[in-house]
Amino acid sequence: MTDIDIRKVVQEELNNIAPEADLASLDPAADLREAIDIDSMDFLTFITAIHHRLGLDIPEIDYPKLITLKGAVAYIAAHLGSSKGA
Amino acid sequence: MPSLGADMEAGTLVEWLVKPGDRVKRGDVVAVVETQKGAIEIETFQSGQIEQILVDLKSKVPVGTPLARIRTEGEEKPAAIAAAPPPAVPTAPPAAPAVAHAAPPVVQAPGPPPPITPPPPLAPATAARARVSPAARRLAEERGIDLSTVTGSGPDGAITFADVERRIGEAAAPPEKKRGGLDLAAMRLAIAAAMARSKREIPHYYLEHQVEITACEQWLAEKNATLPPDNRLLLGALAIKAVALAARRFPAFNGFYRDNKFEPAPAVHVGVAVAIRGGGLAAPALHDADRLPLDELMSGMRDLVQRTRAGRIRGSEMSDPTITISSLGERGVEVLYGIIYPPQVAIVGFGKAVVRPWVVDGAIGPRSVITITLSGDHRAPDGHAGALFLAEIGKLLQEPDKL
Repeated sequence: MTDIDIRKVVQEELNNIAPEADLASLDPAADLREAIDIDSMDFLTFITAIHHRLGLDIPEIDYPKLITLKGAVAYIAAHLGSSKGA
Repeated sequence: MPSLGADMEAGTLVEWLVKPGDRVKRGDVVAVVETQKGAIEIETFQSGQIEQILVDLKSKVPVGTPLARIRTEGEEKPAAIAAAPPPAVPTAPPAAPAVAHAAPPVVQAPGPPPPITPPPPLAPATAARARVSPAARRLAEERGIDLSTVTGSGPDGAITFADVERRIGEAAAPPEKKRGGLDLAAMRLAIAAAMARSKREIPHYYLEHQVEITACEQWLAEKNATLPPDNRLLLGALAIKAVALAARRFPAFNGFYRDNKFEPAPAVHVGVAVAIRGGGLAAPALHDADRLPLDELMSGMRDLVQRTRAGRIRGSEMSDPTITISSLGERGVEVLYGIIYPPQVAIVGFGKAVVRPWVVDGAIGPRSVITITLSGDHRAPDGHAGALFLAEIGKLLQEPDKL
């Protein structure tokens, strides 16, 4: 998967949670909790969706690394690459 | 039509999920009703066979109107019943049940008997429909406007052509107004009515208690490290369980204040305040929260939050919370004082966890601390009992493995 594909998946899943959010114009470095009003339940829904869709089980301890759009794409790209076939 | 809240007077039937002849059992969702709080799924309280649908789609009927007739198991066919004196005028429908229990079959002595007493005409709904000018009705039909959502400005509240035009304008203007089965504007009105009534009638008192939750955080981190995302727990689940257990031990906070007295509830159904994007709020019940193991409580909470945000709450969830919890989550503020949802008598508020200097065993160290509040109805239990109740919640949170 390219970064562009991953970004598309991340945006789609965030959009399922926050349909009103304009993710295309969102600052990639903005804290999603504040920028699009994501609470802990929403974030868990996002992590669960990524697990189902990409097979990537993100441990809770890594959640802070995914709290921006940019961070989420970078984290998923790095871990999908390093755990091929997982 | 069940009452789905203290302020509900009528509801519009928008979907039937069963048809005559279908077998249903207690708890099955049989219909969807549109109310101020959004689309609510209606469950049957009777098992049996659907005999007759009494309310048509799109009809708005007052609370208490029977929606359907169910023939219960073991009830015999009406023809088999011995002749009885001819019935007089059909009597009024029973007020309470959501789906009326099949009336005892009444058979006229002579002639071919009609098997079931026909339902009385639905007077209020019919009257409401009558007060629409023909031009307004035509326009509404053309544009797909549900007349029950139009406020009439004509004589006796009659709906005029201009009223329908105005409604079309409203429907077209804010595209995000409807989300799933939710009408946020109507929900706003329902919140306003319930909260205004609460502040008008309930003499609130407020208590707050700071609780260290390091034990909870450590326990959650260890537990969640071993679980896939589907099964992970949130602090909110521990909070609900602790409040539910405390409510079972302090029954004076679990129930309803009605007719000048407090009635304790036999079960603990925790209302979970769920914020809805765009500005809505609902607090549907997580049933028997005190008896659910944490993993089931968590999955129940996830399901409840998702359905609430999608506008698919069940009738029983709307009508029977016995105590409510409100939490502003891990962002925002440290303390929240809730407004009691009548006729309940207590609401417990959770602020966000913050790291604070805390004295443990004579030494100061950084600890995660959360402020829990209780808003209580002073007509029911007093503040002394409230303090014990709140302290109990704090104690329970010190031993998360026992929750």
